[in-house]
Amino acid sequence: MIRTTLAALLLTTTAHAGEIWVTNEKDDTVSVISTETLEVIKTYETGERPRGITFSKDFSLLYICASDSNAVQVMDPNSGEILHDLPSGEDPEQFVLHPDDRHLYIANEDDAITTVVDTETRKVVAQIDVGIEPEGMAVSPDGKIAITTSETTNMAHWIDTETQELFANTLVDSRPRHAEFLRDGSEMWVSSEIGGTLTIFDTATQAEKAKISFEVQGVHPDRVQPVGFEFTEEDTHAFVALGPSNHVAVVNAETYEVEDYILVGRRVWHMDFNEDRSLLFTTNGVSGDVTVIDVAKREAIKSIKVGRFPWGAAFRPTN
Amino acid sequence: MHRWMTVLCAMCCAVTATAEVTLNANYLHVEVSLPPTLSNLDPVPEDIGLAGALTGLKDNQTTGRFLDQKYDLVETYVPEGDDPIAMAKELLSASPYLILSAPATVQTAIADLPEAEGALIFNTSTGDLSLRDADCRANLFHTLPSDAMRTDALAQVFVQKRWTDLVMITGTHPQDVTYAQSMRRSLTKFGLALSGEKEWAFDADMRRNASQEVPLFTQDFGDYDAMILADEVHDFGRYVLYNTWEARPVTGSEGLSAVTWSPVIEQWGAAQLQSRFEKAHDRQMTSQDYAAWAAMRTLGEAVTRTNAVDPEALRAYILSDAFELAGFKGRPLTYRAWNGQLRQPIAIVHPRALVAQAPLDGFLHQVNELDSLGLDQPESTCEAFQ
Repeated sequence: MIRTTLAALLLTTTAHAGEIWVTNEKDDTVSVISTETLEVIKTYETGERPRGITFSKDFSLLYICASDSNAVQVMDPNSGEILHDLPSGEDPEQFVLHPDDRHLYIANEDDAITTVVDTETRKVVAQIDVGIEPEGMAVSPDGKIAITTSETTNMAHWIDTETQELFANTLVDSRPRHAEFLRDGSEMWVSSEIGGTLTIFDTATQAEKAKISFEVQGVHPDRVQPVGFEFTEEDTHAFVALGPSNHVAVVNAETYEVEDYILVGRRVWHMDFNEDRSLLFTTNGVSGDVTVIDVAKREAIKSIKVGRFPWGAAFRPTN
Repeated sequence: MHRWMTVLCAMCCAVTATAEVTLNANYLHVEVSLPPTLSNLDPVPEDIGLAGALTGLKDNQTTGRFLDQKYDLVETYVPEGDDPIAMAKELLSASPYLILSAPATVQTAIADLPEAEGALIFNTSTGDLSLRDADCRANLFHTLPSDAMRTDALAQVFVQKRWTDLVMITGTHPQDVTYAQSMRRSLTKFGLALSGEKEWAFDADMRRNASQEVPLFTQDFGDYDAMILADEVHDFGRYVLYNTWEARPVTGSEGLSAVTWSPVIEQWGAAQLQSRFEKAHDRQMTSQDYAAWAAMRTLGEAVTRTNAVDPEALRAYILSDAFELAGFKGRPLTYRAWNGQLRQPIAIVHPRALVAQAPLDGFLHQVNELDSLGLDQPESTCEAFQ
């Protein structure tokens, strides 16, 4: 009996083995954290100022925005070897991989451009003029719409991925940083760092549906700055990094109410979940660590020291 | 099919008809002679201020492209000896939007012109406190911080570092004297005082003998925690550092200083603004460039959000709670509704790095911590905004 339980436990654990990969903006490295032991197991060198990070759909390739090297680097995550660079336009900051597993939509922060790169031919397919300082990138689950948010123009730009042209531009509050679609594609969310809000758009009409503000006790509203966010299983909640307020907010994605605030490290920026979404890993730029949050309990359970100024985070399963 | 075409055309026409939103602004630079300084290491760029306004213009134009809003900026330079008031009169007759680089007295004279009534004028060049106080004007906004905001920022640093025994050396130029007055006011405000003061009245060439003169000159201060320099024209200050009799930090106009903007600011996305500016103008961004950029962006932000180019509507929006400018300083910038001053954090820097940003932690305020810097509502005697 006991043996069976143990075996079952072991099985469950193995099923959820995985790694969180974190870019260290001011160390030119990525840190690899085991989601089981919650320790850094490897550190690999990258190009200069690594920020955006994402895996190919089968997790065999890792894409890294090496902003100051003006390239997207492709790494073999099993060896840490840089296989090749992709053309990316200047100063790539953040990107998103299209559901076709082939096209990367890249925000070129210094150039007010979104670059579309074919990862197979390694060629630029299109460059789209967007607002000043593009940053947040998202693509709809059906692959038809890509989003770029521009920090100084304060807009979400809606790109038709068939024509690679803009079909709508919607204003949001100051310094939009991150964008995400719900899994069913019905809503698109944008965070505004200086505005201190999340704006929710109806995807079909591109009309603003709701706006969420935050209030952290003991922190001046000006310092509560939403940046990265991710949805839980089934899209019931969003976990939102609130930058220099050093908190992550838990937002009910149905009522749009903020239910909780969790204290994490300093200047919390981006995040990703482990495989079953029971743990959340947030990058804390100023304190140079990653906070592990128990999603069910809504509690920070551990801080893991990584490199200097951790920025992006991406999960990959290892079994 | 035909009907559809008509409907489509009607829609397009409607869009074009409502799209006539164009903001034309003027940039007026009134040249003033600068006093000679001991060193000629740092020439003042000829396009100081203007370069910032042009970067702001470009930012506005990019945003405007998506909203059918257009922006234009024309620069005018008034050489020394020419009449800036006549020129301002002409510019204000053409457009109510004026970005100004001029001495304080010229600014009030321009703001008092009949053509300036209802205009939106931005002071981007002087920290003169009187313009935010008794000499304020309802049509004159300030994107450059007042001297008081900068000296308050340093006073907060002194309190936090417990540098309570302070001495000051003041130059003889009017800017130096004004800065010293502002510093004394700030020290009093934060419960500090000077234990010694001297005036810099040398006419020697410090490039050769700073190492001989400065130790002697500073010897009779005795011991102290930090030395403040009031040398706003940057004449002698650079030769005081590392030459003082006592090995103490130097602060104020040189050394650890409080500034609007500096090339060493890279936090809060500032690296992007810095690189955009440097690419366009082949030099680094100064405080005055930042103030002119903020003025242009203030107009842009107000037009973006209101879709209006009527100065009254824009003024009301800029002074409202809805207005906020993302100014690469880590928090939203807004205007003080009692004197038109742009609220902003102040950078405490040395030439190689950002040391701190005021307001410092622990300096609280009942409304907005940023109002712990400069003239707060109860102190300001400005009535034009009421």
